[in-house]
Amino acid sequence: MIFTVLIPLLLACFVPLISKLKDKIHTGIFIFFIPFVIFLYYIQFVGSDFTTMKQTINWIPSLGVNFNFYLDGLSLLFVLLISGIGALVVLYSIYYLGKDERLGHFYVYLLMFMAAMLGVVLSDNIYVLYTFWELTSISSFLLIGYWHFNERSRYGALKSMLITVFGGLSMFGAFILLSVITDTTSIQSMIEQKDIILNSTYLPFILVLLLLGAFTKSAQFPFHIWLPDAMEAPTPVSAYLHSATMVKAGLFLVARFSPIFSSYEWFFIIVSIVGIITLCWGSYMAVRQTDLKAILAFSTISQLGMIMAMLGFGTDLAIYAAVFHILNHATFKGSLFMVAGIVDHETGTRDIRKLGGLLTFMPMTATLALFGTFSMAGIPLPFLNGFYSKELFFDSSIHLTSNGLSSFAEFLVQVIPYLAVFGSIFTFVYSMYFFFGVFGGKNQLSLLPKKPHEAPIGMLISPIILVLGVIVIGLFPNLVNGTFLAHAADAVKGTVAEELHILFWHGWKTPLIMSLTVVGIGIVLTLTRKKWAGVYRFIPGKLSLFKLYDIVLEKLNSVSKGITKQYMTGSLRLYVAIILGVTLTLTFITMFATGGVTIQFDNLADVRVIEVSVVFIMIVAAIGTIFARNNVAIILIAGVVGYGVAVLFVIYRAPDLALTQLVIETVSVVLFLLCFYHMPKLRKRDETKSSKSINIIISVGFGALMTIIGISAHSSKWFDSIADYFIETSYKLGGGHNIVNVILVDMRGFDTLFEITVLGIAALAIFSLVKLKKNKEAE
Amino acid sequence: MEIIISILAGILFATAIYNLLQKQILRIIIGTVLLSHGAHLFILTMGGLKDRKPPILIDGIHEIEKYVDPLPQALILTSIVISFGITSLLLVLTYRTINENKTDDMAQLRGEENE
Repeated sequence: MIFTVLIPLLLACFVPLISKLKDKIHTGIFIFFIPFVIFLYYIQFVGSDFTTMKQTINWIPSLGVNFNFYLDGLSLLFVLLISGIGALVVLYSIYYLGKDERLGHFYVYLLMFMAAMLGVVLSDNIYVLYTFWELTSISSFLLIGYWHFNERSRYGALKSMLITVFGGLSMFGAFILLSVITDTTSIQSMIEQKDIILNSTYLPFILVLLLLGAFTKSAQFPFHIWLPDAMEAPTPVSAYLHSATMVKAGLFLVARFSPIFSSYEWFFIIVSIVGIITLCWGSYMAVRQTDLKAILAFSTISQLGMIMAMLGFGTDLAIYAAVFHILNHATFKGSLFMVAGIVDHETGTRDIRKLGGLLTFMPMTATLALFGTFSMAGIPLPFLNGFYSKELFFDSSIHLTSNGLSSFAEFLVQVIPYLAVFGSIFTFVYSMYFFFGVFGGKNQLSLLPKKPHEAPIGMLISPIILVLGVIVIGLFPNLVNGTFLAHAADAVKGTVAEELHILFWHGWKTPLIMSLTVVGIGIVLTLTRKKWAGVYRFIPGKLSLFKLYDIVLEKLNSVSKGITKQYMTGSLRLYVAIILGVTLTLTFITMFATGGVTIQFDNLADVRVIEVSVVFIMIVAAIGTIFARNNVAIILIAGVVGYGVAVLFVIYRAPDLALTQLVIETVSVVLFLLCFYHMPKLRKRDETKSSKSINIIISVGFGALMTIIGISAHSSKWFDSIADYFIETSYKLGGGHNIVNVILVDMRGFDTLFEITVLGIAALAIFSLVKLKKNKEAE
Repeated sequence: MEIIISILAGILFATAIYNLLQKQILRIIIGTVLLSHGAHLFILTMGGLKDRKPPILIDGIHEIEKYVDPLPQALILTSIVISFGITSLLLVLTYRTINENKTDDMAQLRGEENE
């Protein structure tokens, strides 16, 4: 199993080599065999005697992150969809993309996506699942932005990236919580421990985070906004990623975890409501669109909403219908996207207002579209698979039970059938709008950039196969029923359900009446569509989530820029003030919160007049630096402080310090005096009162802080000084009487070594600053 | 006495910070000089200021409590040299800055917008 995931990735490395040959032979021809072989490999598992399979390859065993692959009915369904439609899409793309495109890039991204998607559906380890999940986001981003010279492509790619990665990260949060609670990283073991999860206090967080991931990926309301913009991708990509596979990853996630959550009431409420809203909103919005791919994008959104709602219902029937519709939707939507691509390719436009009457020019394409759209609309004909799943959808919506659920859920159960019919009416309307808008009515050849003609046969092969799928499943629904759909439904349910038989004719029951209602009202609405145009335009009018997204993104940008500009002014003084202010506040809070302030008056040295007078002179001089208005004055006053320090060193029995301090203070003063000649005069600078008072507060606060720290530190001696060691061994070990010097060169000689280095570096830097003046001549 | 020296160090810190926050470069350097003085006094106070003998061994006297703590002195000595190196570098840097930019006003030495 693992090889089916890794082989596309490995072979993707060789695509750039193959793509060099693209003038002789189209790169896609080589690529076609990869998904085709994978499809053939997995088709062997189809059959009623299917059993689940496990495979483990260690990756990071110490963290429990391993390539645990698990093949059950649900993953088998998805794997077959991914590889099967993948092969068809590659075949289609051979005719769709010319040799002047960057084919190497395209197929590398596509293979990357295929591997990632296979990884998502086969992984049993949540972290591996997450890894592949993000890889689908990234490869989808690359594919949407394939024509990166288009501004709209870049916009669409970024939008889909932001939204799906947001959801992916939320899902990651849910995964971490799940693995912490259950102490395992395997989904199957989590399902076994579902009681622990259901009794956990984190359950609401897990559910919401997990569903955020699923809803963003599957374009559920209100996160559906990335899907219509993703239509800037090449049509094979739209057909593959944005109708058949990636957008179903969210459905897969919900289905995969539904054995855990299905008995949780909020799972039913949230998933059903979001699904139903997405169904209605998507199908309503699809009618408003003028671009063929935009219609299909909103139609995908609405169909995904329908499947999501069925997963939310959670009854045996609903789950079966959901799984069935995943298959059906992939067949007819994939073919419709390919039809839209053909129309675009052969006429040069996708604008439905310019198209029309193409039936006579493109009879094959029109036939394919007819099956696709009619199946999508759920028209009750025995050779359309869309009808069966829609019928099952209606059936499951009226058989919801509200046993033991809250009154809100009960209300929901009452409303859902009506919303289902409402959404399906619009599904019917946009399906007809799509078909008759393109192929019916009069032709407007003057508006078309190209003269329309039938597509090459190679381009038609893939949609023909998909439409054959529509018809075969329509005629013999039980062919796929027992062999693998039932296994998929069992995997979602978590238990083996009783076998269902899909029949075209049930007799005059409620679901059929609902279907006929949909068709009836749908026909009326389609015929009078022009009269409703005003309504479609008016609701929702200017209020749209697309604008909201743009505004939020723009505001995020401008507000954060504004905040940054507030404090990143380029003024070093402000930065110093901020750093000191924060340090002050935090240190004061810490000191008073932990009781760090202590003052003790014992164990202090005596106060003597001479010291006090030196201290007094130094204080006066230090304050004097602030008020000095003259270069020489300030340098000399600062010198007074330095010599004061030297005097204090003398008083406190530090002869070496006093010596050094005196010499260095003298050299410093000389240096200052050397420099002052080049300095502009000290002037009184304009300073606002507020900044002046802030400066005073910060500096006084800092002084007070240091004083308090000094006194407290002195008042709380925790242990004796290590000075006795130095005093005892200075002569014995160091051979010197001057303890300070022995410490400097013997006991702590490294300090001295690097202090010499510091001086050396400073000297070199000074030398180069004075000498190097090349900048003016060089520039 | 330690309290008085602590207060002195505190005042040195306060005036140093006030100078640091000024616009003129010379004042900023004076601020750093005052800051290092404050820090040195701070370290010295930590060792205690009791009236004892300087840390130079006299034959026959080995009682520890007779001498001043030598370790802070060694630390301060290192620190004095390092701060001197930095001060002199800063001074030359200032000289070059003023020469190149013809101003010593920090409010004007900001660099370009969006730099």
